[in-house]
Amino acid sequence: MHSIPGRRLIMGLFLIFLLLPIYWLVNMSFKTNSEIVSTMTLWPHTPTLQHYQRIFTDESWYSGYINSLEYVVLNTIISIAVALPAAYAFSRYRFLGDKHLFFWLLSNRMAPAAVYALPFFNLYSAIGLFDTPWAVALAHCIFNVPLAVWILEGFVSGVPREIDETAFLDGYSFPRFFIKILVPLIASGIGVAAFFCFMFSWVELLLARTLTSVHAKPIAAIMTRTVSAAGMDWGLLAAAGVLTIIPGALVIWFVRNYIARGFALGRV
Amino acid sequence: MDKTVNQKAWFLVLPVFLVVAFSAVLPLMTVVNYSMQDTFGNNQFFWNGVGWFKELLDPSTDLGGRFLASLGRNLFFSLVILAIEVPLGIVVALSMPREGWTVAACLVILALPLLIPWNVVGTIWQIFGRPDIGLLGYVLNAIGFDYNYVSNDVDAWVTVIVMDVWHWTSLVALLCYAGLKSIPEAYYQAAQIDGASRWAVFKAIQLPKMNRVLLIAVLLRFMDSFMIYTEPFVVTGGGPGNSTTFVSIELVKIALGQFDLGKAAALSLVYNLIILIVCWIFYTVMTNAGVERKVQAEAEPAAEPKPSEPKPAAALKPVPALKPREGVA
Repeated sequence: MHSIPGRRLIMGLFLIFLLLPIYWLVNMSFKTNSEIVSTMTLWPHTPTLQHYQRIFTDESWYSGYINSLEYVVLNTIISIAVALPAAYAFSRYRFLGDKHLFFWLLSNRMAPAAVYALPFFNLYSAIGLFDTPWAVALAHCIFNVPLAVWILEGFVSGVPREIDETAFLDGYSFPRFFIKILVPLIASGIGVAAFFCFMFSWVELLLARTLTSVHAKPIAAIMTRTVSAAGMDWGLLAAAGVLTIIPGALVIWFVRNYIARGFALGRV
Repeated sequence: MDKTVNQKAWFLVLPVFLVVAFSAVLPLMTVVNYSMQDTFGNNQFFWNGVGWFKELLDPSTDLGGRFLASLGRNLFFSLVILAIEVPLGIVVALSMPREGWTVAACLVILALPLLIPWNVVGTIWQIFGRPDIGLLGYVLNAIGFDYNYVSNDVDAWVTVIVMDVWHWTSLVALLCYAGLKSIPEAYYQAAQIDGASRWAVFKAIQLPKMNRVLLIAVLLRFMDSFMIYTEPFVVTGGGPGNSTTFVSIELVKIALGQFDLGKAAALSLVYNLIILIVCWIFYTVMTNAGVERKVQAEAEPAAEPKPSEPKPAAALKPVPALKPREGVA
């Protein structure tokens, strides 16, 4: 009654469709370059770790991962910190312009990064943040803060209002109530929102590439530049790609039951 | 649960307002400023009024021609991927296993493409589709198709569309799955007693319950495909010729490639305006749907809230995924 006939087959085919390109990338990352170019092999016949070794020993490569993680973590912290009180306000109170503000936030989540690339470049150059992790972290706030507000608002609304009222009757001040009672109650929501901030900051390239040049260059940008300079080192490119998938694949296990809720902006 | 009016709530919203205004309003003002001016380099600017906007909307000029062509391509692209991803996502969601460890496994694999950096998505398909070293390109050529996404327009389009389907169908599927999960078992039992057919169950129970998530899915997919940049840029670079140059790619070419600030700014504004209008339409429809939902919810008893939600780490337990908190979907 719930599902459709032939569902195992459909699901199986779809999962194969999803996994095949990823398998091919992993496959290539373990091949030597001569094997990649000369023959078509379905698995590495002479498996090698040379590409991974190169990434982990060459600073110009692994510093990219560190740079990326730096601005991603910064962005996640900023986004959650400012979004939490706002989510509470949107969930509990009605105030002047609340609906418009909410819509304005949503519209910023949807704004194309390409529109902001150039003005951000000017803005962050003018205030001296260009080529620092702060520039990218702040720039990514434009879509992550609204997202965090939306997700957290959904979770705060799931906390019964009586809990606030009881806490205030018990003499809790607002900040104390917030940290001692509300935050633990919506811990899973904070986890999900943090995960989504992490993820969207991690997958974005255009702004991250525009706002950095040398010191804060993200791994994604290093991938695109080094490859064209080195004349297509396919194995290295594949290995770098595989390493960018791993962080997401690790965290996803913990939020798998909430992931749809996060994508639905907290309102499934 | 009615909200109380409290203007002091503005203080709680203020940090968000400041952060987003800093990254949204300030840059947008620069864009408005540039869009009225022309530059001949050396930071010298000349007043150009609405000149750029006139040119932008006139297909006979270079700028207008490029903008309108890329806009047309982009709209076509968005419609095609919506037409594929939404039905496919529904089918996949309906095909999800019902219980056991396979549910978790399917959820994780489904979500995997969503977590890959966008340029790596491009790289994956760039490699996968190459006739010399990619499995897809090699197999297609081996069985007799003359497939080459670098030189053939149609092949490039097919590659970009299949890539997007690969990348984002899971999102639609996950959202629909969440919607399906919120349907109480009693509905199905009632349908069974009535002897409803499989199709009738879908049309009368499942589809209406998925309405809301589908709306969000369509909104997100439309918006994200409308501003798509990185993936096609990595795979095709906008080519062959201009055949896969979407609006964002064109904009970045003008802004960061030619540093033609006035033209880029005018294009940005029109682009943003389109997004804003579509966004507003969706938001209105969504809020209206929300009101209907509330009216419905008052008629039905609300499920008990779960004040102590397990932490993400505790989610390792095989809890049935995605129970709606507010009870009624």
